[in-house]
Amino acid sequence: MSVIYGLWGLIGAALALPASIYLLFPPKLRKREEWTEAAEVAKLAPKTPTELVFRHNRVDGWKITSERTTAWALKVSDTEVIALAPQCTHLGCAYHWDDGKRQFLCPCHTSTFSPEGKVLSGPAPRPLDRYEVRIEQGKLLLGKVVESESAE
Amino acid sequence: MMRIVRHVTGWIEHRTGLETAIRNFLYEEVPASSGWRHIFGSVAMFLFMLQAFTGILLAFNYAPTPGEAYNSLRYIVTEVAGGRLIRNLHHWGASMMIVVVALHMAQVFLFGAYKKPREATWMAGVALLLLTLAYGLTGYLLPWDNRAYWGTVVTVQIASKAPFLGPYLSRLLGGEGAIGVVTFARFYGMHVLLLPPVTTMMIIAHVYLVRKHGIAPAPGDETKPMKKFYPEQVYKDTVAIFAAFVILFAMAVAVHVPLERLADPTDTTYVPRPDWYFLFLFQTLKFFEGPLEIVGSIVLPTLAILALVLVPFLDRGRVRRVTQRYAAFGVVFLALLGWAGLTAAAIATTPKTAAVEIDFSAPTEWLQLSPEEMAGIGYFRKENCSSCHAVGDGGAKIGPDLANTAIRKSAAWMIAHFKRPATLVPGSMMPPIQLSDSQLNALAAFLLKLTPQNASALQAAPTFAVEGALIYQANRCGACHLVNGVGMKVGPPLNGTFRHRNKAWLARHFREPQAMSPGTIMPRYPFTPSDMEKICSYLLSLPD
Repeated sequence: MSVIYGLWGLIGAALALPASIYLLFPPKLRKREEWTEAAEVAKLAPKTPTELVFRHNRVDGWKITSERTTAWALKVSDTEVIALAPQCTHLGCAYHWDDGKRQFLCPCHTSTFSPEGKVLSGPAPRPLDRYEVRIEQGKLLLGKVVESESAE
Repeated sequence: MMRIVRHVTGWIEHRTGLETAIRNFLYEEVPASSGWRHIFGSVAMFLFMLQAFTGILLAFNYAPTPGEAYNSLRYIVTEVAGGRLIRNLHHWGASMMIVVVALHMAQVFLFGAYKKPREATWMAGVALLLLTLAYGLTGYLLPWDNRAYWGTVVTVQIASKAPFLGPYLSRLLGGEGAIGVVTFARFYGMHVLLLPPVTTMMIIAHVYLVRKHGIAPAPGDETKPMKKFYPEQVYKDTVAIFAAFVILFAMAVAVHVPLERLADPTDTTYVPRPDWYFLFLFQTLKFFEGPLEIVGSIVLPTLAILALVLVPFLDRGRVRRVTQRYAAFGVVFLALLGWAGLTAAAIATTPKTAAVEIDFSAPTEWLQLSPEEMAGIGYFRKENCSSCHAVGDGGAKIGPDLANTAIRKSAAWMIAHFKRPATLVPGSMMPPIQLSDSQLNALAAFLLKLTPQNASALQAAPTFAVEGALIYQANRCGACHLVNGVGMKVGPPLNGTFRHRNKAWLARHFREPQAMSPGTIMPRYPFTPSDMEKICSYLLSLPD
């Protein structure tokens, strides 16, 4: 009987729809635009990336956790600093600075990046992601990470 | 195409016998008189599966520890997309399940369907009723708000007073000393790990027995030919399930499930009450005092359960038409009357809002506002500002969006503008606002607080708090008292008043301050009853 199938179909839809929204849609965003002080610009070595470790607050479901995180900062000038997010854009491994070759190297699948984060070789699909950066009274402030555009 | 389908179904049938099994299930023979009265079991089964479904979804976003349970539930209800609906479905589904299980039992009881050889089916059903109640009892604690905490304190205390078993039960429930992490873990473990498989097995046993003995025939059925379960009875079951689902869904959408203050063991003003289906037990308890208390808490409930289990052995008369089962109708009628009477008495004797309950499942940003800013919300509403101005909701209106930072102005500018709009904004169509300077100050203070992020949350401030703040401002309470960091410290700060005072105390204190705190310099404030209610509710809502 089609009525039986129809009613069960309606019940199924009325449950599947909210359940999918519940599981697949992002939760309402709590406003949290925080700028974290990471270093003093004057103390950054020019032209060579410096690893900065700082604490920032992250919204994690129902919690806001304060966690340690890293940024690779490159001082271009006293008024311009590039801050790179510490994960390789390929599969998220932590990369490090190879001082001899003056490039970043990801140990997982040997992607290499320039000091500005451009892909030099390897499977990384796009340049390294950057933090939003502000410089106020000689202090380097970092905001959220902005995903980089994939290279053309 | 059809050939492939037939091939696949043929393969499955040959390897598993699934088709035959479904066929046997659907074409089960049922008595000619079966019909609408037999829907309740199916509806109860459906509700059980629905509870499992919504329960699993809730568990995906829920942290079962006293430290985080409340926050994660608040997150589900206020932030997760569709979270409130899922939680409400689970909440009202539980209540509905109790109702349907009771109806199922009443039907079987009235028709005497428990008679030989169906005694075991009945007893399995009683076990399922108790399991359903156990879900209610254990699930009640999981939101870890005041209601949950205090309700469970009472439950565990009752269990610990059982003769001989008391200390063991108390230890089993982790309630030795006080309710805390252990009790919480036990209750959660029971609710999601122990009860579901036990219930599933019990349902299987129950349905197996129903199938083994068949639906109980009514007198007269023996002469008529049997019917098939499908399609007629399946159709009726489906319609009933659908109707139950529509009611439940409508309740989940429309009937609000509040979330109270975080569980607070030091809250001395809270009036604990169990969920509605346990209120009759709660009321029964009040009739027995002192050493007789266990009569109400343990003996009577145990006897009642025993009587339920033994129903098939107490009533051994021959099968009769339902219309002739006067005694059964009498029992159901009396039980219903007793239950309704006790429940009504429990509701009637519940003190009205001894403490103010704030709904923490709604935005509560307003709790942080100063009284002046809260009063500003009051003037904002009274002056109908939102008929011309959008407030962060992007609606196209005549005036500018007040939550928009682009039009942010100083308080002085705003007040001048309120008085003579066109002088500051040439061509403005805004009418002048006829309020006193201090009232305009409050309005400006509120508008300065608005941002696109908090606009809707602040707009949601409950009326009692806004009106209370208006009275607070009008009587210049802030000249002596401190609220949310604003005001003076001549009198005691008023945040956290709910911890040590209740409404009755506050009301008397307003009328005769000397009687309540001898030596106080606070003047008398003989408010009208409705103003008294508002100001007291507001003061009791102030957070720590």
